[in-house]
Amino acid sequence: MNRSELFRVRNLAVADIGPLDLALQPGECVGLTGASGSGKSRLLRALADLDPHRGGMWLDGEAAGSLKPWDWRRRVALLPAESAWWHDTVGPHFPDEPDAAALSALGFKPEVLGWRIDRLSSGEKQRLALLRVLALRPRVLLLDEPTANLDRDNAGRAEALIRDYLDGSGAAAIWVGHDQAQLRKVAVRCYRVAAGGTIREEQAA
Amino acid sequence: MIHLSHWDLVLAALLVLLLAFLSGRLQRQLRNQILVAALRTTVQLLLIGLVLKWLFDLAHPAFIGLISLVMLTVAGREVMVRQGRRLTGWWSFGVGTFSMFLSSFTVTLFALWVIIGNEPWYAPQYAIPLLGMLLGNTMNGISIAMDRLTQSAWQQRQQIEGRLMLGATATEAICDLKREAARSGLIPIINAMAAAGVVSLPGMMTGQILAGADPVEAVKYQIMIMFLISVGTGLGTLASLGLVSRRLFDERHRLRLDRLHVGNGDRRAS
Repeated sequence: MNRSELFRVRNLAVADIGPLDLALQPGECVGLTGASGSGKSRLLRALADLDPHRGGMWLDGEAAGSLKPWDWRRRVALLPAESAWWHDTVGPHFPDEPDAAALSALGFKPEVLGWRIDRLSSGEKQRLALLRVLALRPRVLLLDEPTANLDRDNAGRAEALIRDYLDGSGAAAIWVGHDQAQLRKVAVRCYRVAAGGTIREEQAA
Repeated sequence: MIHLSHWDLVLAALLVLLLAFLSGRLQRQLRNQILVAALRTTVQLLLIGLVLKWLFDLAHPAFIGLISLVMLTVAGREVMVRQGRRLTGWWSFGVGTFSMFLSSFTVTLFALWVIIGNEPWYAPQYAIPLLGMLLGNTMNGISIAMDRLTQSAWQQRQQIEGRLMLGATATEAICDLKREAARSGLIPIINAMAAAGVVSLPGMMTGQILAGADPVEAVKYQIMIMFLISVGTGLGTLASLGLVSRRLFDERHRLRLDRLHVGNGDRRAS
């Protein structure tokens, strides 16, 4: 095992999807792609230990089962494609009040914390959900199409914010997406879920 | 007490027939439902009258225990069939029945031993009607609350899992839904207590007064029953919600909706 290895997944499988084997170094971002319905999101859910699964996962050498489930999910944090909100306004969803710099990185002013959830657009929700998951300071980010609802400017800002976070904290990321050009830009390598659920690493074109 | 003759009952039954005839002009199905329900009331109550008469004469603790178990099982089944999305396997029946057992039986025993202090404590004239009233009300509270919790967990899966993803424990993730479910389970008894004597005259008290009892004495019994019912319903509802919400998550605090049956509504639609 590599000394600097941060996150290790071995033989991870959920239903008939998998097995997935991968190792992430600090700061690394890998892509995960495949047709709609191929099971990418289910793999991410299994990585966050939200669904029963086979195989093993280790963070900094510690097995998932040896950590409390809530600690695991704070460290291996999932940003779902569709975010959930349960308080009336934005602010209470954040563990600590985010500073203005973090908010402005995605084009928000501090007033956003008082905004009502039912007035948010899907793009605003997606950007705020990204800020919310980063506020956990996770070691591994599981990103499910994090820029799907964003215009080009905001998508660029989100990519830059994620990149800065990985570089600054030494965290790693798994990025699920359809846009090959974007994945080539953000990820060092890419895995594809093929029909039948098998997963293989894509060769760089 | 003025005895009712058969003719008195026949007169009342004629009124039901008139109602059935009138509503039958609106909808034939409604007429049949009224007739069947009226027939069931007659047969079931006559039968239970005979059983109670026999039981009171016999007054053997084993038979009283047996009757209590039958009542509990039937109530457990009622709770189960009221569920829109019930827990799979024996869990739905088990959770409902166990919670009712826990609350109704303890409260009834408490009332018999400590409050009424009758000799012998299991005298069926007290034990069976008390248990019946407690079971009937607890059954309502538990079935409403369990139904509410499983339905809302199903509908608000995203919200529950959203909280889990941010590092919440299972208890934290479901606590809002549990609170709402407890509230809806307890509303009927809270309403009954708040409206008692002003909007409604509770059935037990009315019955005692009709039977010639002193109204103040009847009222005292009714107050005690109301308190016992609310305690029984409250404890039973909380116990069932605790058990259901534990069952909805596994040891890794994952939301396990696969432990719920697909809803009755969905099955009918498909």
